[in-house]
Amino acid sequence: MEKFVQVQRVGQTFDTKKGKFVALRDIDLTIKQGEFIALIGHSGCGKSTLLNLIAGLTKPTTGVLLLEDREIAGPGPERAVVFQNHSLLPWLTCFENVYLAVERVFGDKEGKAKLKERTAAAINLVGLDHASAKYPNEISGGMKQRVGIARALSMQPKVLLMDEPFGALDALTRAKLQDELMRICEATKATTVMVTHDVDEAVLLSDRIVMMTNGPAATIGEILEVDLPRPRDRLTLAHNPAYIDYRAAVLEFLYEKQAHVEKVAA
Amino acid sequence: MSAMTMSGEFGLEKPASRNISSQPVAEIAAEPAKETKMEKTATLPAVEPGTPFAEKLANFGRAVLPPVLGMVVLIGIWYIATMKGGSIPGPIQTWDAASVLFADPFYRNGPNDQGIGWNVLSSLQRVGIGFGFAALVGIPLGFILGRSAFLSAMINPIISLLRPVSPLAWLPIGLLVFKKADPAATYTIFICSIWPMIMNTAQGVQRVPQDYLNVARVLALSEWKVVTKILFPAVLPYMLTGIRLSIGTAWLVIVAAEMLTGGVGIGFWVWDEWNNLKVEHIIIAIFVIGIVGLILEQALILLAKKLTKESA
Repeated sequence: MEKFVQVQRVGQTFDTKKGKFVALRDIDLTIKQGEFIALIGHSGCGKSTLLNLIAGLTKPTTGVLLLEDREIAGPGPERAVVFQNHSLLPWLTCFENVYLAVERVFGDKEGKAKLKERTAAAINLVGLDHASAKYPNEISGGMKQRVGIARALSMQPKVLLMDEPFGALDALTRAKLQDELMRICEATKATTVMVTHDVDEAVLLSDRIVMMTNGPAATIGEILEVDLPRPRDRLTLAHNPAYIDYRAAVLEFLYEKQAHVEKVAA
Repeated sequence: MSAMTMSGEFGLEKPASRNISSQPVAEIAAEPAKETKMEKTATLPAVEPGTPFAEKLANFGRAVLPPVLGMVVLIGIWYIATMKGGSIPGPIQTWDAASVLFADPFYRNGPNDQGIGWNVLSSLQRVGIGFGFAALVGIPLGFILGRSAFLSAMINPIISLLRPVSPLAWLPIGLLVFKKADPAATYTIFICSIWPMIMNTAQGVQRVPQDYLNVARVLALSEWKVVTKILFPAVLPYMLTGIRLSIGTAWLVIVAAEMLTGGVGIGFWVWDEWNNLKVEHIIIAIFVIGIVGLILEQALILLAKKLTKESA
């Protein structure tokens, strides 16, 4: 489907103590089914705000968002979110955290055994069979984020939304999870929107990179089509001239055209 | 932390800033985190299995010696202070009186002359009933105030006005309404227990991290699931803090209330022994009240530890 997610003339204004704050303006974006989109920009540019709008967690001040030609009216399991901070419930085990989502989505159609099977499959997909019975505080940050991804994928969402999912992880764990995410997205053909501020991550994972201008009143600056064959491998790509060009293009946008003004972000 | 940065970035309403009334909460709502710190100092240092016996003994000594020494010093000072006689009995006289008293703690010679065991139990019963009603009313009210900014803004001034009032000031009203001493005392306990319960529960509800609530929204969980799987477990530590503070206050207040109302109860017993001029018994009562209070506190800390361990 060519027009799977549509963002039309969307603007977002927040009421703050100092008056109105325009976070986003004039956002137009169409996402194809199965596409991997990265939202990149300096902090405070409203990329998370845009993700929240697609999630339905916030409502746009102007404009409209559509999924399969139907308006996004609120949050729902068809648009699963992997939160920046994993957001696992600490009083539930990894299994129970995922099961909560599975039960919600498939509970009225399927029996308990089938639900447990789905949960186990989702945990298996992110390679965490051994940690299934553990509580979130007993596992590492990378593992928690994987459980968050498992929870999101277990719902078989139409769109997978990820808000800087690997931002808090060390470089090695991040690389490992990026590879895993690529494998999973390839296998599930999930339509994915990921917020990131990591240029390498954006180029490696995306079909298109949406680059945002600095806030306030941020909007889409450029969209870069990343035409690299899949499956992608980070080691071979490191010397691939096309990859290097894409990377340079994003860097140029971020550090020349949108050179960061500290005052704006503060 | 995460909730802060998220809500900051998204411009969502920060739940933490919608405080019930910042000053009193800080005063009476002890952070659950502090509780765990207290527990740690209270429990013995963990002894690894397989350490040599001598080391175990040394660990045990290190844990037990300071408190024992403290008690010895206290009793020593007491002994020296009362050595020359006077109206305050010394430790030895008190010990003798205590052995007589505790030889038969559960005798009954009519309504005004019962064993110390009965007195303690009837005080505990009043605290239990008063506290139970306070929990039944206070916890749901706390949930409602925590969830609704409007109601909390409406009710908070009333709570701030009534909370500093000594529970004993309510006693005459209780006597007037119930026409009897016993329910009036229980009602006093109810009044003093309810504030910490309301305020801590409300604070707990307001502090449920926005992340968890966002999870609930994305999963579109039913209201029942939100309450049982997210709100209740998240608020539980705060609720237990409220319960602990309530019981502590209730145990303080019951002694004073019973002094005024009479009947059977440890407070009344203290007053009665004062009228009989049996000062040893008053000192014994002070120890008994202290020990029972300590046991209540420790039992609740233990309960909190167990429950939060299960759920965290």
